Amino acid sequence: MSTNTQLPFAISLELDSSLANKTGSWRTKRPVYVDRIPPCNRACPAGENIQAWLYLAEEARYEEAWQALVEDNPFPAIHGRVCYHPCESGCNRTKLDEPVSIHAVERFLGDQAIKHGWLPKMKPATGKRVIVIGSGPTGLSCAYHCARLGHHVTIYDAGEKPGGMMRYGIPKYRLPREVLDAELDLLVRMGIRFVQSARIDDLAKLMETDRADAVFLACGAGLSKKIDIPNWHARHVIDAVKMLRDIESDSPPMLGRRVAVYGGGNTALDAARSALRLGAEEVVLVYRRDRKRMPAHSSEVIDAEEEGVKMKWLSTIADLQADPGRDTIRIEKMKLNAKGQPEPTGEYEELGADTVILAIGQEAETGFLRNMPGLQFDKDGSLLVDQQMMSGVAGVFAGGDMTPATRTVTNGVGNGKKAARCIDAFLAGGVYEKPYTLGSARGDDGVFDPKVKEIASFDRLNPWYYTDAPKHIQERLAGLRRLDGFAEIVSGLDETDAMHESRRCLSCGNCFECDNCYGVCPDNAVIKLGPGNRFEFNYEYCKGCGLCSVECPCGAIKMVEEKI
Amino acid sequence: MKSQRLKFYQTGTFTVGNRLLSDEMRSVQATVDRNNSLNSGHRACQGCGEALGARYAVDAVMRATNGQAIAVNATGCLEVFSTPFPESSWRLAWLHSLFGNAPAVAAGVSAAMRVRGKKVTVIGQGGDGGTVDIGFGCLSGMFERNDDVLYICYDNEAYMNTGVQRSGSTPPTAITATTQGVGEHPGQEFGGGKNAPRIAMAHGIPYVATASVADLRDLEEKVTTAVGIRGARYIHIHVPCPLGWGSDPALTIQIARAAVQSGLFPLYEARHGRLVKATKIRRKVPVTDYLQPQKRFAHLFGKTPNVAAIDRIQAIADANIEDYGLLDSHEDPPISLQI
Ligand SMILES: Cc1cc2nc3c(=O)[nH]c(=O)nc-3n(C[C@H](O)[C@H](O)[C@H](O)COP(=O)(O)OP(=O)(O)OC[C@H]3O[C@@H](n4cnc5c(N)ncnc54)[C@H](O)[C@@H]3O)c2cc1C
Ligand SMILES: Cc1ncc(C[n+]2csc(CCOP(=O)(O)OP(=O)(O)O)c2C)c(N)n1
Ligand code: SF4
Ligand code: SF4
Ligand SMILES: [Mg+2]
Repeated sequence: MSTNTQLPFAISLELDSSLANKTGSWRTKRPVYVDRIPPCNRACPAGENIQAWLYLAEEARYEEAWQALVEDNPFPAIHGRVCYHPCESGCNRTKLDEPVSIHAVERFLGDQAIKHGWLPKMKPATGKRVIVIGSGPTGLSCAYHCARLGHHVTIYDAGEKPGGMMRYGIPKYRLPREVLDAELDLLVRMGIRFVQSARIDDLAKLMETDRADAVFLACGAGLSKKIDIPNWHARHVIDAVKMLRDIESDSPPMLGRRVAVYGGGNTALDAARSALRLGAEEVVLVYRRDRKRMPAHSSEVIDAEEEGVKMKWLSTIADLQADPGRDTIRIEKMKLNAKGQPEPTGEYEELGADTVILAIGQEAETGFLRNMPGLQFDKDGSLLVDQQMMSGVAGVFAGGDMTPATRTVTNGVGNGKKAARCIDAFLAGGVYEKPYTLGSARGDDGVFDPKVKEIASFDRLNPWYYTDAPKHIQERLAGLRRLDGFAEIVSGLDETDAMHESRRCLSCGNCFECDNCYGVCPDNAVIKLGPGNRFEFNYEYCKGCGLCSVECPCGAIKMVEEKI
Repeated sequence: MKSQRLKFYQTGTFTVGNRLLSDEMRSVQATVDRNNSLNSGHRACQGCGEALGARYAVDAVMRATNGQAIAVNATGCLEVFSTPFPESSWRLAWLHSLFGNAPAVAAGVSAAMRVRGKKVTVIGQGGDGGTVDIGFGCLSGMFERNDDVLYICYDNEAYMNTGVQRSGSTPPTAITATTQGVGEHPGQEFGGGKNAPRIAMAHGIPYVATASVADLRDLEEKVTTAVGIRGARYIHIHVPCPLGWGSDPALTIQIARAAVQSGLFPLYEARHGRLVKATKIRRKVPVTDYLQPQKRFAHLFGKTPNVAAIDRIQAIADANIEDYGLLDSHEDPPISLQI
């Protein structure tokens, strides 16, 4: 401690002399910046880093946002339209007003990429060859990620055109084909080779002739389940999957005036809504359980009802001929038992129907693999894979609808991505390891381990700081106007709305540079590193009060016990 | 720097900065070149509201005056923790005075500057004890003469520096070393103390405002406004004291916010003795949100909570809400402020 004797008259204390007092030594806890996992990211089956791309979109950095998005999912334009967005169900903003319309921003970014022809970044070629069987979302995703990692990829697919159920299942009014084609074209531009109209029946042979280093199977579940209903030939019976496929191939089936659709999944609803568009006057959906227990997404049920599809809950078709001479079928009423399962009641009624569309579920088409030793299947015929997405045969991986999995486009894309990472590791002679593990969702354990990430649950946030902003509504065609054809129902957001929608994101668990920590520290112990570079603690002076941690809106600061 | 309530940009103007806003819309505290008038190395407790409030206010003065400001400080924590010889945390011309005479010293410095033809803003500052009690005669004189001084009181509601004794600003039921938790009415009595900003208003001086460390934008705007006015000006800032209040240092701002959002500490501005603006409550909370996290009020929440006392405190808040018009018809939906 020395005083400067050169100080001017009447000045006794030197400027910045307090810096000699290192108050950091008072600390018993230290704040650390963390990146917690936002609930949206965690809920996304494709593993998108949603918060990260919304962050970029907030600043109108759309191409960078798209690049961040396609790190995980090559098809934002498709997903923004058909994904059931479990991310939004998980979104913390729901607890303030409404979830961020993540899918609407995702769709906007996808549409921008199509418009501008953006291409993802790729690694140099490795010389390894991967073949993918099936060009549905699962196979396409794996192909895309393998190609990004530098592997040479060929896709074989039985369909005339690529896309799997995205083309031959999901109708145009939800997914316009220009959008599908444009996003699939990305893969062509990346150099992936497509071989269409090529049904594979001898995998072992193909692997040999193609000199494949690894194979990914993604053959979907396109086989309709069979049932038997009395008086089968009394009515015009159509298989829903075949019907949707035929509509896509421009040879739609002839339907009668009154159509009954049997089933309660996506396929049943799309078949019912397509039947109305093909000119059926009355479409009734017959389903064994109630609305709540329907496997189809509730938004689709609402859409179908808006269009005029009638619903018959707790009903099965007992006979395709209720009364000879009349176009009616016999319906048996069901009731739910204590476990919520449907049971017959013995009560019957007649329903007018000249055509019956069956949509009672699909199975994996794995017959052609049965002669390959080492592969294992479950009782439904789905192919079994391990944690590394590998089947019983080394180098043969599989995912999506053909494996026991949630049957959605997004889960398929997630499976494809994970498989690509596992294949990449396999080709390098190792196994794929996630860069981090998930830690406890709640409670501050006071320990910091960069390899363990916590969930940014709502209780980690300081909601005071967020402003109220209701979500932006996407315009929709009115119910009856939709039936003129297969035009897309839901419109996208324009640029301003998409940007503002992304700004509704709370940035859960990840710093968004609000400067709160920098502002609220009574000891100036937070160093601001400038735009994009976040902040740093100055532990020489940080007393460990924890104000920054409490006042961080998004929960990006953790208090960690100091080892004393 | 704006305190306009901007919506739609994620946090609007509620956070210190906001990367989505233009530079003019960000606070002084958000800038890398803020003055840091009270610099690191000071000896204030962890989470000190007074240290924070002083940096907020003096940095805003320094920004508004382009660095042309002098501070005169009354004795109290703010002085003692910032200038233990031979160290100083102040990054502006700063004068030590006595516990009770800072307003008079500031008035003298201001006069001296005028005589020397210097355009310098003079601020006087002190704790509630130095301002509301012992310095009150000097302060009243400074007001009466309309001396060209901006006086800032950092109100932590007791004499903290000497061990938490009661001041004229200590709120009813608060336990201090001199209002102990004994007897029929533990803590400070109802009806005691004084309302310093109202008394300042009664002098008819050009500008009086109340502010809180919980509302930075509002505080910075008031300081900036005050700097732009000549004559005697008074700003009274609510600054929680974790030590004296028995609260978690991490909750300093939460507690200050609850005081404002409950109506117990109304934020307003007055010109020439007349109220001109009150900052609306954004999300109303009960006074218990404010009281409960503080040990000085713990006796209200014992096995049998002192409902009568809590109700009387709530009545004070409700009266403020009515008197100052603190509630807007389109108030934001209520959420709990408690962590
Ligand atoms: C009508 C309908 C609507 C749907 N709507 C939605 C929706 O809105 N959102 C959503 O997320 N999900 C929806 N789904 C589910 C979703 O489409 C599927 O889960 C997804 O397409 C599965 O992807 P996949 O790649 O695993 O299989 P698929 O998409 O079925 O693709 C499998 C591909 O493999 C090919 N293939 C099969 N066997 C062979 C072989 N031996 N050789 C070569 N090729 C072969 C097939 O031709 C096909 O192209 C819907 C499904 C249907 C049927
Ligand atoms: C004339 C005189 N009496 C008593 C003291 C002792 N003293 C120094 S600071 C202080 C209390 C300060 O309280 P306040 O002004 O509220 O500031 P705080 O410490 O709470 O910030 C007292 C009593 C003194 N310095 N001078
Ligand atoms: S607010 Fe943003 S980061 Fe948080 S869950 Fe919703 S979309 Fe994800
Ligand atoms: S307080 Fe703001 S700036 Fe600091 S870490 Fe949290 S989000 Fe980032
Ligand atoms: Mg005090």
